[in-house]
Amino acid sequence: MKELQELSRSLLADGQVNVVIGWEQGPTGARPVFVTKPEDADRLIFDQRCVHNLAAYLSPRRPNVGKLGKAAIVAKPCDAKAVAGLIRESQIKREDVVVIGVRCGGVLADPASKEALSAETVSERCPGCESREPTLADHVLGDMPPPPPGERRRDARIDELEAMPPAERWAFWQAEFERCVRCNACRQVCPLCTCDRCVTEKTQPLWIESSAHSRGVFAWQLTRAQHHAGRCADCGECDRVCPVDIPLGLLNREVARIVERRFGFEMTDDPAAAEPIGAFRMEDEQEFIR
Amino acid sequence: MVAFVCNWCTYTGADLAGTSRLTMAPNVRIVRLPCSGRIDPLMVLKAFERGADGVIVSGCHPGDCHYTSGNLHARRRFAIFHDLLQFFGFEEDRLTFSWVSASEGLKWREIVDGAVERVRALGPFEGFRYDRLSHGEPLEIPISTVAPAPAPAGGQA
Ligand code: SF4
Ligand code: SF4
Ligand code: SF4
Repeated sequence: MKELQELSRSLLADGQVNVVIGWEQGPTGARPVFVTKPEDADRLIFDQRCVHNLAAYLSPRRPNVGKLGKAAIVAKPCDAKAVAGLIRESQIKREDVVVIGVRCGGVLADPASKEALSAETVSERCPGCESREPTLADHVLGDMPPPPPGERRRDARIDELEAMPPAERWAFWQAEFERCVRCNACRQVCPLCTCDRCVTEKTQPLWIESSAHSRGVFAWQLTRAQHHAGRCADCGECDRVCPVDIPLGLLNREVARIVERRFGFEMTDDPAAAEPIGAFRMEDEQEFIR
Repeated sequence: MVAFVCNWCTYTGADLAGTSRLTMAPNVRIVRLPCSGRIDPLMVLKAFERGADGVIVSGCHPGDCHYTSGNLHARRRFAIFHDLLQFFGFEEDRLTFSWVSASEGLKWREIVDGAVERVRALGPFEGFRYDRLSHGEPLEIPISTVAPAPAPAGGQA
C-alpha cells in the first residue's frame, strides 16, 4: 500500500499524470477514487475489497474523467485486460495512460464485505483465474499472492446447464431473464461498452423492445452477450451490479468458452493480440450450416 | 417463416428455383439483403418476436462472396449466435443456416422444404407468449410499430 501511495505521489508531483484512478476506503467499503493532488495519494488503498474495474473510467464515454487530464490507473490483471481491449479497439492510446499493475490473488464478491477471502466469499470469476500480475503495466506492485481460493463454480454450472434438455434450459433462462428490469446497469459499468449510442437505445427502428417483456429482455440479453464475444475481460462487474442477480457471469463465461472452442482465442492483456471478431479463417467450423 | 438471404447467391438461387417452376413449401417469405454479412442476429430475433415460427439465414458458399469475405465474417457471428441460442435452450430446429449458390435452385427447395418440415414438427413458436405480463395466459403479439407492406400485385407463391 505504501508502495502504491508513494508511486502515485511521485507520478502526480512530477507531472507525469494529472490523476490517479484507484480505490479508497469509503464509508462502507472500498470505492473508486480520483486522486489529483500529490498530498491526497495517501488515500489510495489496494486489498481484496478493491473489486471494481476502474478501466471503465478510461472509456471515451466518460468525458468528465478525460477532462481531468492524463491518467494513471491501478489495475488488477483482469482490469488490465479491459485496458488492453480499449487500446485494441482504438478507444485510447497506450501512451495516454500509465498502468499501475497490482498483483492479485482474488477479490471478494462484495467490496463492502469485512470477511476474509475464502472459497465462500471470493468473487465468482476469480477461482481458476491464472493471471497473478498484469503484463500490460508500467509498474507492478505488491507481493506475489497465492492463487484465489475455491473451485471454478461457473464451469461446473455451465456443464450442468448444457446437460439439461433444451426446453428446461429455456425455462431456466426465461425465469432468470424475467427479473431483468432493463436498468442497463450491466452496460453502464462495462469498460468495453464504448458505443456512443447503444443499440438498445435505438428506436427508429426499435431493435430491442424497451419494456421488460420477455421479447425485449431476450433480445437484450442475447445482444449484450453476443457483442462481448472476444472482448469481455471477465472482470465480473456486470454480474456484480445487476440489481436482480441475473447470472451474467455465466453468460460471459459461456461466450468466452465458445470463442475459445471455435476460434482458439483467449482474452489477454496484450493489446496487439488479434481479436476473433472482425477476422476469420477459411477453415472455421461450419457444422451448423447446411 | 422468414428467410434472410443475400442478394447475390441465395436470392438468385431462389429466383432460379422459381423460374425453373420447382414446387416447394409456400410458407417462406424472403427478405433480400446485400450480403449475409448484413444479417444481424437482431433481425432473426425480430422475426421471432413478430410471430415467425422459423427463420432461414442463407448466403453464398465460402469463397463465393460477392464482397470476397462478407460471408466469412458472418459465419463467425452466426457461430456465436447459434451456440448462444443453444445455451439459452432455444429450439435449434427453428433456425436454419445454409449456403445456397445462384445455381442451386434445387438446394434452395431442399432447404425450404426441410426447414418447413422441421418447424411443422415443433408447431408454432410460443417462447415469448407466456411471461409475467401475461399472467399465464397466452399473450397476443401486437404488431405495433410497422404496418405490414401491402402484398405486391399479382402475389408471390
Ligand atoms: S479475476 Fe483474476 S485478476 Fe481479476 S480479481 Fe480475480 S484473481 Fe484477480
Ligand atoms: S461484460 Fe461484464 S465482465 Fe465483461 S468486461 Fe464488461 S463488465 Fe466486465
Ligand atoms: S443490470 Fe441486470 S436488471 Fe439491469 S439491465 Fe442488466 S441484466 Fe437487466
